[in-house]
Amino acid sequence: MTDVNDDVRDAAPAGRELLRVEGVTKSFPGVRALDGVDLSLRAGEVHVLLGENGAGKSTLIKMLSGAHRPDAGRILVADSPTDGPTGGPTGGPPHGPGGRSAPAPTAAPGTPPATLHEVHIRTAQDAERLGIATIHQEFNLVPRLTVAENIFLGRPPRTALRLIDKKAMRARAAELLRRVRLDVSPDTPVAELGIARLQMVEIAKALSLRARVLIMDEPTAVLTSEEVETLFGIVRELRADGVGIIFITHHLEEIGALGDRVTVLRDGRSVAEVPAGTDEDELIRLMVGRDIAEQYPRQRPDEPGAPLLRVRGLTRHGPNGTPVFEDVGFEVRAGEVVGLAGLVGAGRTEVARSVFGVDRYDAGTVEVDGQVLAPGDVRAAMRAGLGLVPEDRKGQGLVLDASLQDNLTLARLDRDTRGGLVDRRGQRRAAAEVAARLKVRMSGLGQHARTLSGGNQQKVVIGKWLLADTRLLILDEPTRGIDVGAKVEIYRLVNELTAAGRAVLMISSDLPEVLGMSDRVLVMAQGRLAGELSGDEATQDAVMELAVRPADGAPGPHGTAPHGHGTAPHGHGTAPHTTTNESAKEGSDVR
Amino acid sequence: MSADVKTGAAAEAVGTTPPDDGLGPWFTRAVLKNGPLGGLIALVVVMAILSGDFLNGQNLLNVGVQASVTAVLAFGVTFVIVSAGIDLSVGSVAALSATVVAWAATDAGLPVWAAVLLGLALGAAAGLVSGALVAYGKLPAFIATLAMLSVGRGLALVITGGTPIPFPASVSKLGDTLGGWLPVPVLVMIAMGLVAALVLNRTYAGRAMFAIGGNEEAARLSGIDVKRRKLVIYAMSGLFAAVAGIVLAARLTSAQPQAAVGYELDAIAAVVIGGASLSGGSGKASGTLIGALILAVLRNGLNLLSVSAFWQQVATGLVIALAVLLDTLRRRSAR
Repeated sequence: MTDVNDDVRDAAPAGRELLRVEGVTKSFPGVRALDGVDLSLRAGEVHVLLGENGAGKSTLIKMLSGAHRPDAGRILVADSPTDGPTGGPTGGPPHGPGGRSAPAPTAAPGTPPATLHEVHIRTAQDAERLGIATIHQEFNLVPRLTVAENIFLGRPPRTALRLIDKKAMRARAAELLRRVRLDVSPDTPVAELGIARLQMVEIAKALSLRARVLIMDEPTAVLTSEEVETLFGIVRELRADGVGIIFITHHLEEIGALGDRVTVLRDGRSVAEVPAGTDEDELIRLMVGRDIAEQYPRQRPDEPGAPLLRVRGLTRHGPNGTPVFEDVGFEVRAGEVVGLAGLVGAGRTEVARSVFGVDRYDAGTVEVDGQVLAPGDVRAAMRAGLGLVPEDRKGQGLVLDASLQDNLTLARLDRDTRGGLVDRRGQRRAAAEVAARLKVRMSGLGQHARTLSGGNQQKVVIGKWLLADTRLLILDEPTRGIDVGAKVEIYRLVNELTAAGRAVLMISSDLPEVLGMSDRVLVMAQGRLAGELSGDEATQDAVMELAVRPADGAPGPHGTAPHGHGTAPHGHGTAPHTTTNESAKEGSDVR
Repeated sequence: MSADVKTGAAAEAVGTTPPDDGLGPWFTRAVLKNGPLGGLIALVVVMAILSGDFLNGQNLLNVGVQASVTAVLAFGVTFVIVSAGIDLSVGSVAALSATVVAWAATDAGLPVWAAVLLGLALGAAAGLVSGALVAYGKLPAFIATLAMLSVGRGLALVITGGTPIPFPASVSKLGDTLGGWLPVPVLVMIAMGLVAALVLNRTYAGRAMFAIGGNEEAARLSGIDVKRRKLVIYAMSGLFAAVAGIVLAARLTSAQPQAAVGYELDAIAAVVIGGASLSGGSGKASGTLIGALILAVLRNGLNLLSVSAFWQQVATGLVIALAVLLDTLRRRSAR
């Protein structure tokens, strides 16, 4: 792979500068989000933007895509290139006379090379006309429309009569889908696609705009390793075509595999621009401004305590009779961290939801301290001391437009109520205490959860369960999309919890994390518990071997998916409550 | 081209700081700064300037009386809207409760206190049914309460046979004044407003409303029994509607099956003018009161100015749109 990589890199064009950001500054009330950021992007380059959450990456790319405007500093873009894939019949959206020149240079270039001009990107359309396309983490696709309709949304090919030329649209969409190696019909409704394919559709859409600059915001966060390889292949092809790519990722190993240069942002400043070959420790140091002594600071207990949670024969069938999970049994002891690993659709999240009483199950029991829990009853599970930090932080963990105080105290509302009245003062005190303990970076307890960075949001969700005196905390993908610094803080918290005799069941698709933090690792495959590994036995190979082993000779969907296909191995026995997207999101465990 | 640049700059200004010019009259600015209360004050000042009779104490009490029924209905609807639902049935439920009180006290010969309790219970029960349809029947709140709107109105017509029933005299005192000047409906409005504020801010029921309206799934995963809560929320809305219906009938001294037609829309407008979001998770009792007062001041003032009832409807619509528009602007600028 590395050889191919190098070949491509050598073949890439020498690299005219396409885009330059100079001293860009942006403040929001109370926060300086960007403070003199510089960035330069060449044609045929993958430029990685690295930084902790809250470092300013999002603000910067929002500026390039027309959502924010800088308070100070300049954005410069190269003239319409002579060699670049811009212009052309579909390059410009339908617009009124003169529209095409709207974002054209408004200031004569001074010092920079004559090919760069200052631009003001005021709207998404401005960015589009300049050839800047952005693939956000949240996709901009209309679920009920087809792939082709989404690709050409707002600017469909027209016939002479100004009617939509469906034939041309379909043909062009098919061509673009071939380029991103996506094997679906242009007529497929987007709602039927998994998250990996959605991303490919977004890329196809960007290609249809003949983008010269492609910004990708954490595109690999939700992909399996196979899908990541496909994505990398496409990105390398684009690079060879002379497209400049700004690539945001939290996975340091991807930088060496794909990147050319790295710009590191910290606290709104661009602190360094280094080659992609820079070693990971150095990158982390640049990113957090200090050395992170240990990435996984797990302190294993000398010997685990009494069993807290015991699950026996837990089984749940999907609507068509196929098991979502079957005969799952395990126990978690006080003071332990038990990891739950497995592939996409293996049923990990579904088991966690059933244990916590969110979903019902068809057979089996869940016991806490020897007491059998009523199935499908969240409140009973909470009374017994369980807590769940769900995988979808924003959708299920937080009330985004409520204050941090309300979020932190939500799970203890019952206990703070006397005679129907809530002890708001007591809640404030408790929330302040836990926020300080978790070092939540906030302007005050009245701040809305929406405005926190991902890491701080996750601390609030965990804090909610600390305030509810949870004894067994189920963490579902606790550090997904969270920066290195906040990750370590969360791991430390896990240590604190278990040192105090509580227990943690951790579902994670980040294998190094599972291995680094768990005392024991349970591996699920196709809805069954495929095996259990002690902390010493658990290696990446051992876990993967269990995760891909077909159960009872049943045809294994995993590993048989066509290579380079962009196919998420989802949809096998997926629970009814789990959308295709959710199960596909689980897919990065193979890494 | 340069025009393009300028609009961009103006939009930016609106987006980040309150504009200090260009957005027109001081009325607009008052609202931008102070929200619904600023709007109410500005409206009062405008009416006082245009009509000499407006600021008269008796007239102001009249405004209070005119606002009272809408406000009490709207307090109940606030609960529902905060929890991201909607209740279209409150006008009908108000009329139904009032007719049941009148029927029970006259035709059925129940003691008046029992008749009133029955009316209140019926209001709550109607809400409970709507809530059950929403929570357990999984009907959209719009449909469930639209059905209740029709059923409630129909039952009121059935009970009365289509003609008004005289309201018991002792209850009709609720429509009178204390000491010859202080209207009881205003007192009821204030009392129900305080209850609504207490419920929203200090009770489990209220905090659960905000959590459910903000993110139902997160609320459920945090141990809030969402289905049961919805029953309570719609039942409370029905209860408030019953109180409003009794106050209205007391003012009219008869229970009329066709009373309060369309009041649900005034109630929703009052809640929204008061700053609540129809997508749930936000809302205040004080805002709702202000919203109801804005509607009442507008109608009263336009009456004093002899504006035709037809044009009054147009004006009311414009004020609703303007109020919510300005509130949206204000929030964006506060960010």
